[in-house]
Parts: sequence; structure tokens; C-alpha cells
Amino acid sequence: MSEFVQLLTPEGERREHPDYDYRGGPDQIRSLYRDMALVRRFDAEATALQRHGELGLWAPLVGQEAAQVGAGRALRAQDHVFPTYREHGVAWCRGVDPLQVLSLFRGIDYGSWDPVEKGFNLYTLVIGAQALHAVGYAMGVQRDGAVGTGDPDRDTAVVAHFGDGATSQGDVNEAFVFAASYQAPVVFFCQNNQWAISEPLERQSRIPLYRRAEGFGFPGVQVDGNDILATYAVTQAALQRAREGGGPTLIEAYTYRMGAHTTTDDPTRYRLSDEVEHWKLKDPLARVEAYLRRNGFASDDFFAELGADADALGERLRAGVRQLAEPTPHQLFDRVYAEISDELAAQRDAYDAYLATFEGAAS
Amino acid sequence: MITLAKALNAGLRKAMENDPKVVLLGEDIGRLGGVFRITDGLQKDFGEDRVVDTPLAESGIVGSAVGLALRGYRPVVEIQFDGFVYPAYDQIVNQVAKMHFRTSGKIAMPMVIRIPFAGGIGAVEHHSESPEAQFAHTPGLKVVACSNPIDAYWMIQQAIASPDPIVFLEPKRLYHSDKAELDLAVPPVPLFSSRVVRRGEDVTVLAYGPTVKTALNAAAVAEKEGTSLEVIDLRTLSPLDLAPVFASVRRTGRAVVVHEAHTNLGMGAEVAARITEECFHSLEAPVLRVGGFDTPYPPARAEEHFLPDLDRLLDAVDRSLTW
Repeated sequence: MSEFVQLLTPEGERREHPDYDYRGGPDQIRSLYRDMALVRRFDAEATALQRHGELGLWAPLVGQEAAQVGAGRALRAQDHVFPTYREHGVAWCRGVDPLQVLSLFRGIDYGSWDPVEKGFNLYTLVIGAQALHAVGYAMGVQRDGAVGTGDPDRDTAVVAHFGDGATSQGDVNEAFVFAASYQAPVVFFCQNNQWAISEPLERQSRIPLYRRAEGFGFPGVQVDGNDILATYAVTQAALQRAREGGGPTLIEAYTYRMGAHTTTDDPTRYRLSDEVEHWKLKDPLARVEAYLRRNGFASDDFFAELGADADALGERLRAGVRQLAEPTPHQLFDRVYAEISDELAAQRDAYDAYLATFEGAAS
Repeated sequence: MITLAKALNAGLRKAMENDPKVVLLGEDIGRLGGVFRITDGLQKDFGEDRVVDTPLAESGIVGSAVGLALRGYRPVVEIQFDGFVYPAYDQIVNQVAKMHFRTSGKIAMPMVIRIPFAGGIGAVEHHSESPEAQFAHTPGLKVVACSNPIDAYWMIQQAIASPDPIVFLEPKRLYHSDKAELDLAVPPVPLFSSRVVRRGEDVTVLAYGPTVKTALNAAAVAEKEGTSLEVIDLRTLSPLDLAPVFASVRRTGRAVVVHEAHTNLGMGAEVAARITEECFHSLEAPVLRVGGFDTPYPPARAEEHFLPDLDRLLDAVDRSLTW
């Protein structure tokens, strides 16, 4: 078991770790920071759009940018990700258009990106169910001979995302058992953001979550989830281990949900503002900015340009979300099966005929 | 001559030969060949990667099968006994059933979930359930039930070839009892079709799975008493294929549905409603249902009271005729 992995302190100082090293240079660190900043804006815009009535709901990720972007950027093109409903930062890294994420929360669809093309499955809302999908997918990867060949473009790893609450779910524990049994090339990436809606971590576990892995027979590591150099390095190592045939790893990214569970939640009912203030000092972006500025790796111009790009992104999202096409009644019926049954087709046609009876209905 | 169990084994073997992406998953299906021996010898011939002994966790089996399907495989899952399907219920109704819909039609879920179902084998608790209505009530799933060796051989192959997820119900009490001659020269009927298995004039009897045999036995007895029963094997429970049923009921004016599942909100209720909607003016009597009682499945020594047998079916036929 590794000790807590932190490679960049909240003050922006680099730290050494006996097992993990971040090897990227200033260019990559600026790029990671840029992704975190844009994802934070995406998230803030989405929360605002919900308040304006443009989205039915939003699940904010604010505070978890380093965990998600670190995990997302460590991936290779052929890797495959199984997210929860809060992995907007990973979606961003996989090239999913944020408007497609907003489309889901607007109530237009349940996810319109192509999971195969993006290597990023749809969001899963039943807590923990996707952990098993990730393991099954990884079992398929094994059968395809895409593990341990030594070809960096072929060897494939799979990531299952979930939160601290999900570690109590049967499906997540069964996923641990299956992954260990078959030595599947899967990385379990748990964002421990301390709260499962109103229930604190202590309600889910009496031991640190990463230590659960030992009982299942694979390594667990706890990483500072607000340190993107650490989340990147730890995820990259676990992915590589999986690709080489070394089996599963559990990563506990120790972070904090700065916002509400979703826009319908009121966290002031169950947690103290002191706690939030404490975590503000560990902000994932501020430490990278401090590091970049102190070492002369990024100028004022860099941050000004990034701010302008974030403004442009916000504008695109605000305009774009209002232009998303509404779903049609036919989509209800036509998407249920790959091969629609006569029975369902008849139901669809009867509804068409019913709609046609209204005055002014399109013929 | 071949039993239903051997026919399923042969059908699975054929499907695995035809498509290298077909993978079987389940508890004890490999070295043991399954507790009912349906997968006997398959692991030996196709290897441990294609006939997979899984950890003992039903949600884990179905959930990992979802992942395999997403990777391009065609998983065929064995649930060891009907009553053990419930730990996998969330994965089946929330994930398997909805995947095509929720991906806006981008991802199909070609999975077969085989369930030995129904009772009559003197088993212990949770080994004799008939959960078909719960799955037929779930949009996105298709549900079929075989009733004889010949259908079993073809239907399992058709189900595996289907791009949609199918709950495949196997009448466990018939696995090793009746044999039939499998003539490969006779082409199969389409998977999602019902079939008239005995022609008759007076009352239409609708059955599926284990009760088809009950219905045929009842028809033989009724004939001696001068009553002619038409027996239809529904075969597909979702979607239902009721056109042949409507045609039959328009002739006979009477229908009785028989299944082992609990009568309340069972398949019979849906079939009765549809017949009433389509054949109202042809009916001489209300559609009657004969099913398991609305009790938990009883201990083995009491199951004869629970299971709809020949006498209870003929009693319903009499009530229909004298309505």
C-alpha cells in the first residue's frame, strides 16, 4: 500500500513520492490547467443555465476538476471509460461536446454522443451499475488479445468511475470480485468527495476506501484528488499496469464536492460552512496557477487568453443549449429495439393517428 | 430423438460455431456443464474464454455481460434457477433493457438471458418461479418461452442471433422428459410468432412453456368427452403474436389462458384484455384464466395444488362452454 500521493501541495510546491513521479513539463501542466479552467467554466455555466430554467437539473463537479481531468488526460485513444453522471471533466477530455452533456440535463435525450467513437460510455445514474459494465468490457478486451502485447496503440485499459457512496453498492463489490478473479484490465477510479448527498464518508466505510482493494486481492492507492499532477501520474501508472496484464487497481481520489449534490440539493442542511472554507484552501486550480506563476511557466497573457476562451465557451453553451432540437414522438418508439416489433410499431402508428386528429396537426 | 436439454445444448453449440463472438457466462456452466447439464461439454470444446464459469453473483454476471456486449460480444447468460434472477433484476431492467433506447439507438444489446423456469420438479424454495410477466412488462426486453425440443433447438439460435436482449425461458421440468425427432430439413418458424399446435373447434386454449404439454393432454381428454380444443403455443410473450389467437377466437368464441405464474397481473390478464379489445363481438364467454394462485410458490408437497393441471384447465373449459 502506497502512502498518500501528493506531488503538488495546495501552496503550489512540488513534492517527491517514493512510488509516483509526474514527468510532464511546463507545456503539459499549462495544458492540464487549461482543461481544468474550461471545465470549471462549463460547470458554472451549466449551473447558471439550470437556474435560468434551461436545464432540468445539473450535477456540479466544482472542486473535482483535478481528479477528473487528471484521470481523463491519462487515457489513450483506445481506452474506454464508464462514467457516473458527474464526469463532465472526463467527458471534456474524451472530446464529448459539452452541449451533448447539457442536452441530457435539459431532458432531450439520455446522452447523444457515440460511446464507441469517444471511448466514453453514457452516464449511468443507478449508483455503481457501470462498474460491472467496465469489468465486462475489460473481459472483452482480454478476449480481443488487446492486453499485454507491448503495442502502445493496441493494449487497452478500462476505467470505472464512481463515488464514495457507490463503494457500498453490491455491484461495485461484485465488480471488484470479477475484476480480481479474471485479472481484468480495469482501473476503479473512486472520487471520494466526502459526501453521498447528505451522508458523510463515515456512513459508508470504517476504513479508508483505498484499503478495501487489499481484501479483494489487488492494489489500492490514495491520491490527493485536488492535485492534478498526482491524479495524472497515479492514473497513468494504473492504466499502464492494466494494459500490461497486471490486473485491476483501485484509486481513491481524495477530494471534496464544493457544490451541492445536484441543483435540487441544499448542502447547508447537513454540513458546516467551515468545512467548505477549509477545502477552498485546497483548490485544484489555485495551486497549479501558483506553481506556474512562481516558476515563470505562465504569463499574465496566458491567463488572460484562457479567460477569453472560457468566456467564448460560455457564450457558445448559452446560445447552443437553446438551439438544441426537441425530441420527437417517433423517437420514443423507434429507439426501444434494434428491430422494432409489430406490436410496438402498431402502438406508434396509433399514436400518430391520434396526434393527427388535433386541429392544425401536420398531416 | 432428442430431449429439450440436449436440443438446447445442440443449439448453443451451433450458435457458438457460427459466431465466434458468442460467449456463455454463468455459475457452474463450464466444468460441470450446468446444474441441468445444458452446457455439457461446451467448455471442453470452446475453451474457458467462451464458456465462462463466473463468481457467484447474478448481478455481476449480467452486468459484466453488458460490458462484453458493449465490446462487441454476444453474451448468453445462464441464471441457474428462476428465483436467483432477482439479484440481477436492476441490471436487466435498468441497463440491459434500456441500453438501445438511452443511447439514442446507437448501441444494441444482443444478449440472451436463459432462465430455467416454472415448477413441478419437487424443488426447494426459490427454484420453481415463473417471473415472465415482470420481464414482459419491461420495454426493451423481448421474452420467449420454448415448450418442446424442436423449438428449443431453433429458438435458442434465433434468440442469440437477435440484436435485441431476450429473456429466454426454459421449462425445467421438461428438460429431460419428452423426446422429439429433430429434422433439420424442416425450417424453423420465426422466433416472435405463436403457433397453433392442435386444431380444434370449441374452445381456444392458450399456453406457453410447461403448460403447452398440459394443454395438449387436456385436449386429448376433452376429445374423448366430445369437446374439441384448439391449442396455441404463444412462444413469444413480448412481443405477443396474437393474430393467430384472434383468428382462432373469432372461430371458437371462447378462450382460456393457462400459465403457472400467479394469475393476478400475469400474462393471461394481458392476453385476455387484448382478446376482449379485438374479438369482443365474437366472444361467447369471457376469457378465463387458469394460473398459479396468488401465493408464494409452495413447498414441494403442496405444489400440486398450486400448479394448473389438466383437471383445473378442463374445469375452466367447462365453465367457458356453459357460461
